[in-house]
Amino acid sequence: MRRVLTLYRSSVGKKIMMAVSGILLFGFIVGHMVGNLKAFQSHNGDGTHPLDTYAEFLREVGYPLVPEGGLLWAFRLVLLAAVGVHIIAAIQLWSGARTARPGRYRKEDSQVFSYASRTMRWGGVIVAVFVVYHILHFTTGHAHPDFEYGRVYDNLVIGFQNPLVAGFYIVAVGALCLHLYHGLWSVFTTLGVQNRRIDRIRRPLAAAISVILFLGFTSVPLAVLTRILTLP
Amino acid sequence: MKLKLHIWRQTSPRSKGDFQAYDLDGVSPHMSFLDMLDLLNEQILEEGGEPVAFEHDCREGICGSCGMVINGIAHGPEKLITACQLHMRTFKDGDEIWIEPWRAAAFPVIKDLVVERASFDRIIQAGGYISVRSGSAQDANAIPIPKADADRAFDAAACIGCGACVAACPNASAMLFTAAKAAHLSYLPQGQTERLQRAADMVTAHDEEGFGNCTNHGACQEVCPKGISVDYIGRLNRDVLKATLSGVEVTTR
Repeated sequence: MRRVLTLYRSSVGKKIMMAVSGILLFGFIVGHMVGNLKAFQSHNGDGTHPLDTYAEFLREVGYPLVPEGGLLWAFRLVLLAAVGVHIIAAIQLWSGARTARPGRYRKEDSQVFSYASRTMRWGGVIVAVFVVYHILHFTTGHAHPDFEYGRVYDNLVIGFQNPLVAGFYIVAVGALCLHLYHGLWSVFTTLGVQNRRIDRIRRPLAAAISVILFLGFTSVPLAVLTRILTLP
Repeated sequence: MKLKLHIWRQTSPRSKGDFQAYDLDGVSPHMSFLDMLDLLNEQILEEGGEPVAFEHDCREGICGSCGMVINGIAHGPEKLITACQLHMRTFKDGDEIWIEPWRAAAFPVIKDLVVERASFDRIIQAGGYISVRSGSAQDANAIPIPKADADRAFDAAACIGCGACVAACPNASAMLFTAAKAAHLSYLPQGQTERLQRAADMVTAHDEEGFGNCTNHGACQEVCPKGISVDYIGRLNRDVLKATLSGVEVTTR
């Protein structure tokens, strides 16, 4: 633990923590996207939807070895810790960088920065705001007009039938994937995992993963808006 | 060639600087950028003004002192050269040129375009050396070094410490400099003994000098007059991680 704290004190250490927490969160995002695609399955015979059954499974997995919802909550706590580390380190690094560069240049040359790398910080803020809204919308239902606990598919379709909600979702997922693009290829530098083969593929790999995630996530609201997914 | 120059004028580290505009005629396209500034200073002196202070020494791209941001780009628009190697043929008659000093808290402006880069020296002092008894030189081939490693060490050693990496970085991070100075030792057998200690100490010194953190923009690599690769930063990061995992304590200075 002391070693971790020593590491955290340096700017490189903070970046390593951001990389490790980012990898955890990336793993969750991949799982989330794959889970979302269950929305495209047809209804079960008893009128429930595979998405509802999947959500029920996530709550029950591990029972009776662990209390019901135990694994789900353990998972949520790990994610929350990762989010906390990611955001706190980002704010500390951000403030350090602001002090390090007091003035701007009269003429700023921006051609060398990729759009993704320039928008990491504000993109991260957009994603954070979205995640809070997203949890209030689909997990707790506070921001949902007709929320019904356990009816995941119905909540999803009703939620995305509002074009504003679907639009915000698509924009936020776009910001997330842009954030992931820069994060995914630069994690190799931050952790010092490099060789000639990795260096050649990491940018196209990061781009491909980001595009796949973007298409996977946005397919659901787009399918609701185009009435491919409807209430039964 | 006739030029309109906007140059950052600042009388002392504490004073507030500002741009001042100058019209300069008779610039030859064969002049270097520093020759052009010399011509301007002659004109200013004739008019009884205070010449523009800028740092210069070798005027052949190896001393690293002539740092300035020209039209928003460290060392100007041409790649792999310093400001002294930039020729006026890069510009057109009637061009407007904005000239500014490096902007970083760890590089305070001394006067006009001259900044203090002693923070770089302190990073070197923290670990950019090897502790060996120098004595008489040993046989050249006594320590075999693979060609690839020798080349990588040499590429890193090409760093002239000009500070363009810091100037271009939106976080004013000196990671490219620090990484190059650590890497030219870490690729060689002589640099292995203190390798992890060096990484931990140099990064700590880097942070303490008030440089920002690296966000992998890669702007440093674009402006580096010696074309030093950001891959060295990854190598330094890995050494810092290894140092921590093996319990290396940062040397308190």
